[in-house]
Amino acid sequence: MERIPILRMGEFLLVTIQVDMHDQLALQLQDDLTRAIEKKGAKGVLVDISSLEMVDSFIGRMIADISGMARILDAKTVLVGMQPAVAITLVELGLSLPGVATALNVERGMKLLRQALHESNSDADFIKR
Amino acid sequence: MTSKGTLVSALRTRRQEILVKWLAQLEQVSASAKGRLSSKDLGQQAAEFLNILAATVQTSPTADIATEGWQPVKAFLEDLSRQRVLTGFSSDETATFIFSLKRPIFEALAEECAKDAEEFSRQIWVASALFDALGLHTVKTFQVSREEVIGRQQMELLELSTPVVKLWDGILALPMIGTLDSARTQIVMESLLQKIVETESQIAIIDITGVPTVDTLVAQHLLKTVTAIRLMGADCIISGVRPQIAQTIVHLGVDLQGVTTKANLADALALALKRSGISFVKQ
Repeated sequence: MERIPILRMGEFLLVTIQVDMHDQLALQLQDDLTRAIEKKGAKGVLVDISSLEMVDSFIGRMIADISGMARILDAKTVLVGMQPAVAITLVELGLSLPGVATALNVERGMKLLRQALHESNSDADFIKR
Repeated sequence: MTSKGTLVSALRTRRQEILVKWLAQLEQVSASAKGRLSSKDLGQQAAEFLNILAATVQTSPTADIATEGWQPVKAFLEDLSRQRVLTGFSSDETATFIFSLKRPIFEALAEECAKDAEEFSRQIWVASALFDALGLHTVKTFQVSREEVIGRQQMELLELSTPVVKLWDGILALPMIGTLDSARTQIVMESLLQKIVETESQIAIIDITGVPTVDTLVAQHLLKTVTAIRLMGADCIISGVRPQIAQTIVHLGVDLQGVTTKANLADALALALKRSGISFVKQ
């Protein structure tokens, strides 16, 4: 069965969606990703959807859900490279994905994740003292 | 003799005479068209039309222009009115081309049936109905061509009215001018988002100084655009909000919270530069 690979980069996980998402694949990804966050103790997830050309309400919901699940597992999600057509579709569907961080490309997304990690680390330092 | 026998013979034997009279009529009524169409061109068009008409009347069994046989005549008239639309003629000027042919034809018919008043009135009726139908067809085509021109102009206006400009490295601006409707907002949104992807700009400024009124629908469109921009990973600032518009937005109960708004483009640019970490020093 086809799966979307989840790559590990230091404390972050990298998910690149390069095929057309169908519902089963989306559910599988949710499952795999939550397990991976738990197993590897990841602090951030970067989801690259620059190759995703089409979305429906289910996939849109799935993207929002992934972010929510990751947050509960103490990992920040950044969605990068959304195509204009996809953005317009999501807005028209009423899915404005509040609370999901977005970035234009992978580079900026990583910068955002590092910043967030740095902030949470300094919080931890404060608690330790 | 068929019902249009004399029209056929009139066109055959008195063609030159009809043409001369017709041209005189055309010159008289289309004096205002001078400059747009030379009398030489007009004469050519008239002669060509008479040729086609004579050939058609001879071969076609009926005077009903909806039938197959009249196709060449109709095609000629369609070409003619399309040309006239493009050169700026009005619809009555175009229709006159056909209607001014009535008089020379009627005169020719009168001479053809000099002895038979009954036959003459019948011929007049057939010819009159025929030229009315041709005239109406010309006007119809004129209208269609005119609408095509208007449609094309609308498209051009739509393209012209949505320029996305680069203000700084990573800062785009979209000065919006005119009333925003769904079709325009869609195009504006698409071109702005596309430009954000192309230039990898982090901040987009939408300037609404040129938007005369903001109602709930326009506000909704703006909010959608802002949300789409955010989803792509860029920031959006709305600038050029005039006092009346600020009042209207609040009175309408539109929630613009979470959207950065500025009174003018200069303030918006200053904010965008600050967010990008760029500062200026006055020397």
